[in-house]
Amino acid sequence: ITDVLTAVALYLAIQDFNKVVFKKQKLLIELDKYAPDVAELIRTPMEMHYIPLKVALFYLLNPYTVMSCVAKSTCAINNTVIAFFILATIKGSAFLSAVFLALATYQSLYPLTLFAPALLYLLQRQFIPIKLKSKSFWLYTMQYATLYLCSLVVIICLSFFLLNSWDFIPSVYGFILSVPDLTPNIGLFWYFFAEMFEHFSLFFVCVFQINVFFYTIPLAIKLKEHPMFFMFVQIAIISIFKSYPTVGDIALYMAFLPVWSHLYRFLRNIFILSCVLIVCSLLFPVLWHLWIYAGSANSNFYYAITLTFNIGQILLISDYFYAFLRREYYLTHGLHFTRQDGTEAMLVLK
Amino acid sequence: SGGMLAAALLLLLLAAGPWPGPGPVPVRAGRDALREELLLSPLPDGDPRGTRWGGQGLTLPAVSHYRLFPKALGRLVAALGVRELHLALTQGFWRTRVWGQPPLQAPAGAELWVWFQPTVTDVDKAWEELSNILSGIFCASLNFIDSTNTVTPTASFKPLGLANGTDHHLLRYAVLPREVVCTENLTPWKKLLPCGSKAGLAVLLKAERLFHSSYHSQAVHIRPICRDASCLAVSWELRQTLTVVFDTFSSGQGKKDWSLFKMFSRTLTDACPLASQSKVYVDISPKNKEKELLEVAPPPTSVHEAIVQGDKRTYAVYDLLSPSVFNTSRSLNVQLKWKRPQDSLDLPTPILHAQRYVSGYGLQTGEISTLIYNTHPYRAFPVILLETVPWYLRLYVHTLTIITKGKENKPSYIHYQPAQDRRRPHLLEMLIQLPANSVTKITIQFERALLKWTEYTPDPNHGFYVSSSVLSALVPSVIAMKDVDVEQSPLFTSLFPSSDGSSYFVRLYTEPLLVNLPTPDFSMPYNVICLTCTVVAVCYGSFYNLLTRTFHVEEPSRGGLAKRLANIIRKFRGVPPL
Repeated sequence: ITDVLTAVALYLAIQDFNKVVFKKQKLLIELDKYAPDVAELIRTPMEMHYIPLKVALFYLLNPYTVMSCVAKSTCAINNTVIAFFILATIKGSAFLSAVFLALATYQSLYPLTLFAPALLYLLQRQFIPIKLKSKSFWLYTMQYATLYLCSLVVIICLSFFLLNSWDFIPSVYGFILSVPDLTPNIGLFWYFFAEMFEHFSLFFVCVFQINVFFYTIPLAIKLKEHPMFFMFVQIAIISIFKSYPTVGDIALYMAFLPVWSHLYRFLRNIFILSCVLIVCSLLFPVLWHLWIYAGSANSNFYYAITLTFNIGQILLISDYFYAFLRREYYLTHGLHFTRQDGTEAMLVLK
Repeated sequence: SGGMLAAALLLLLLAAGPWPGPGPVPVRAGRDALREELLLSPLPDGDPRGTRWGGQGLTLPAVSHYRLFPKALGRLVAALGVRELHLALTQGFWRTRVWGQPPLQAPAGAELWVWFQPTVTDVDKAWEELSNILSGIFCASLNFIDSTNTVTPTASFKPLGLANGTDHHLLRYAVLPREVVCTENLTPWKKLLPCGSKAGLAVLLKAERLFHSSYHSQAVHIRPICRDASCLAVSWELRQTLTVVFDTFSSGQGKKDWSLFKMFSRTLTDACPLASQSKVYVDISPKNKEKELLEVAPPPTSVHEAIVQGDKRTYAVYDLLSPSVFNTSRSLNVQLKWKRPQDSLDLPTPILHAQRYVSGYGLQTGEISTLIYNTHPYRAFPVILLETVPWYLRLYVHTLTIITKGKENKPSYIHYQPAQDRRRPHLLEMLIQLPANSVTKITIQFERALLKWTEYTPDPNHGFYVSSSVLSALVPSVIAMKDVDVEQSPLFTSLFPSSDGSSYFVRLYTEPLLVNLPTPDFSMPYNVICLTCTVVAVCYGSFYNLLTRTFHVEEPSRGGLAKRLANIIRKFRGVPPL
C-alpha cells in the first residue's frame, strides 16, 4: 500500500514539476538567455508527457522496490514520507512540506539534509532571489525553518509522552549515529567497523557521519538554480552513505531517473555502470549464500561486491551530475564551438 | 563395556559460630567441626563414582581466630557481605540418563552463584570484586565474569542455607563454559583443607588419577545453617566437594573389580586428626531386590541404610576414627568384588533428565531445542527452567514453543529479560508443568550477530559456548523419606533442604552448546580501511571536480615533448603530423 502511495505521490509531483520546468524554459527562451543553436536541446511537451507515468512505473516495477516490499521492511514507509514531502514542496505548500520533512527526519536522521533543496525550491517558487543580503530571503528561510523545527519538536514530544522517558533518543538516533550493530548490509560501514581498531572507532564514526551531511552546502551553492536536481543528488548521497542502507532507498532515487532522460546523450559511462549495478545486484545473494551457508567463501567476497556496488552508484550519480552541468553549459553557450582557427573544439572541466 | 566408578569426595566443614547479627552477641569459644566422607558407588557400565564431601567450621565474629575454617574464604565473606557462595569447577558432563541422578551436579566450566547480605548497597561492585578475588584464590579465570555473562535469576537458585527474605536482586549467577579445570585448580582447593593432603581422606587426591576420569567436579559451598535443631545459633558451613567418575576399564584394568588403590593409587592410612568424623561409604545397594551383588573387603564397620533421592540405598560404612579399622593393617584399601560376573548394573532411569541441542544450518540462524523427560509413571510435577544465552545470539521470543505429547504447553510463569548488545545476556526463566511419563520439547530460534574482530577469541572457528540451562524441580520420590537428624545423616544427603518427605530437590544441568558465528577476515584491517576510504575518496573526488570546476573550451596547446617526439616519428613514417 505504501509503495502505491509513493508511486502516486511521485506521479503527481513530477507532473507538476514538468509544468514548472516548461514554464521556466519558456521564460528563459523569451528572455533570450539561450544560445541560438540549441534547438535540439529544448524539451518539448510531447516528450515530457509520459515522464510522470514512467517515474511511477520505474518505482513500482523496480526489483529493488519489490524486494523491500517482500521483506516487509519499514523502508517503504520512509519512502512514502519522502515522496509526500517532495509532492508538498513542488505544490508549494511550505507547511505540509515542513511537516513531512519533520516526519522523515524523525524516522531516520538523514533527511535533514533535504531541508536545503526544499528551501531553495520554495524560494524559487515565491520568486525570492537568493542573495545573502536580501531581507525577504532570510524572512522566508526563518519561516520555513521554524515550521520544520516546530513540527519536529511536536513529534518528538509526542514520542516522549507515549514512552514517558527520553530513552528512545539514544536508542534511535544514537544507534543510527554510532553504528553499534554490524550485521552485513549493502553499505560500506559494517565491515569497516568490524575490522576497526577500538582506538580509532570514534574518529571514523564521526568522519563517516560528517561525510553524509557534508555535501549539502557545496551542492546548494552550485545547484541553487536547479533545486530538484539537487534534491535528487542529495537523496542519492543519503542512500549510499547512510549507516544502514537498504535497497529500498536506492529504489527511491532511481525512480527519478526518467525525469532526466533528456540527459542521455551526455552520459559518458552509462552502459558500464548499468552493467556493474545489475551484475552486483545479482552477485549479492550468491556470495552471501557462499559465505554464510556454504562456508566456501569468505566475508571478503561479500565485502568486495559491496564496494563495487557502491562505486557503481557513486559513478552513476556523478555521471548524471556531469551530464546535467554540461547540458546547462550548452544551453547558455550554444552547441557547437569553433576555435579561432575554425576547428571543432572540445569541452573540458578546468 | 568397562567399569565405571563414581567417587564422590565430600568434605563438609561445619562452622559453628554465632551469626553476626544485630545486638551484642556473647562470643563463645568456637566449636569448629570437621567432618569428612568418601562415597563410592558403582555406576551402570560399572563406572565407579567417588564423591568426597568435607566441611570446615568458622567461628564468627571472632574473625581473628581461624582454626579450621580457611582464613582466605572467611575474610572474603566477611568483607564483601556474602551470605551464600557456591563455586563449582567442572570438567566433563554428567550423563544423567546412564549414570543416574548425581548427588550434586555442576555445569561444565566454572559456575558461581552468590547471595549477598541485604546490607550490601552496590551488589554489582561487590560481585565484581568477589569474582576477581576468587579468581586469585582458585587460580581460575573467574575474572572473565562481567556483566555480559552475569544474570539475576528470579525463581531458580533459592538460598540453600538460612534465609529470612529473598530479594532476588541480591542474587548473582554466572557461568563460564569455556573454563578448563586442571591440576592448578585442584591445588588451592586442597590447600583450603585443614589437614591438607597429608592426612585423612585427602591423601587420596592424586592429581594424575583424578584428572584421568570422565567427569571431574570440584566445588566450594558456603552457607549459613542452624547449629542445632532449635536454631538458636547460626553458624557458617563450608562444604568442599569433589566428584569424580572413574573409568576403570579405560584405565587399563580390564576387570570390573576395583579397589581404592586401583582408583586413587593410594590407600587410606589414617584419619585427619582434626576431624570429628571421618567415614567411607560404599554403595552396596542390591539392585532388582536381589541379594547383594557386591562384596566388600575388609568387612565394614557398619551398614547404613538411607533413602537417597527417592531410592533406598544400602551403604557399607568404614569409620576411620574407630580403632578397629587400622588394627590389622596400617592402611585401609577398600576392595569391591562382583559376586556374579558380567552383570550389568541397571540403575533405574532417573525420573527427571534432560538434553539440549542446537539445530539449523548456515551461520545466520539456528534453533535451540531442550528436551525434558519425566519418567515417573503417574505423578506430574513442575520444573523451573533457566536459560542464559549470550547477547550475540539474538533470541526471537515469539518463536518460543513448548510442546508436550503433541500439544502446546503453556508455562505458568515466564520471566524474560532481553539482551542488550555488549551489556547483558538473555535470561529466560519458565515454570513448566511436566505431565507424567512425557517428553517436553522447548524450542526457540535465534540469529547470529557479526562481532567486531577484537571480540573474537583467538580460535574463532572453534565456536562460542552457550552455558548449560538449569532445571530445578522437586521430584516426587517413590519411597517416602523420613525426616532425619542432620547431624547423624551422611553429608551427601543433607546439602539440599527438603521440606517434606514426599519429594526431593534436584538441580540438573543440560549440555553446553557450541555455536559458530560468522567471522570477518582477520588479516584484513588495513586493507579494509584503505579500500573503504578509497570508495569515499572516489565520491569526494568526483563531486569536488564537478562542483569546483567549470566548463571551458579547450585551448589548443603547442604540444608537449611527447607530442613533438610523436611528430618526428610520424614524419619518418610519412604520416601527417598530430
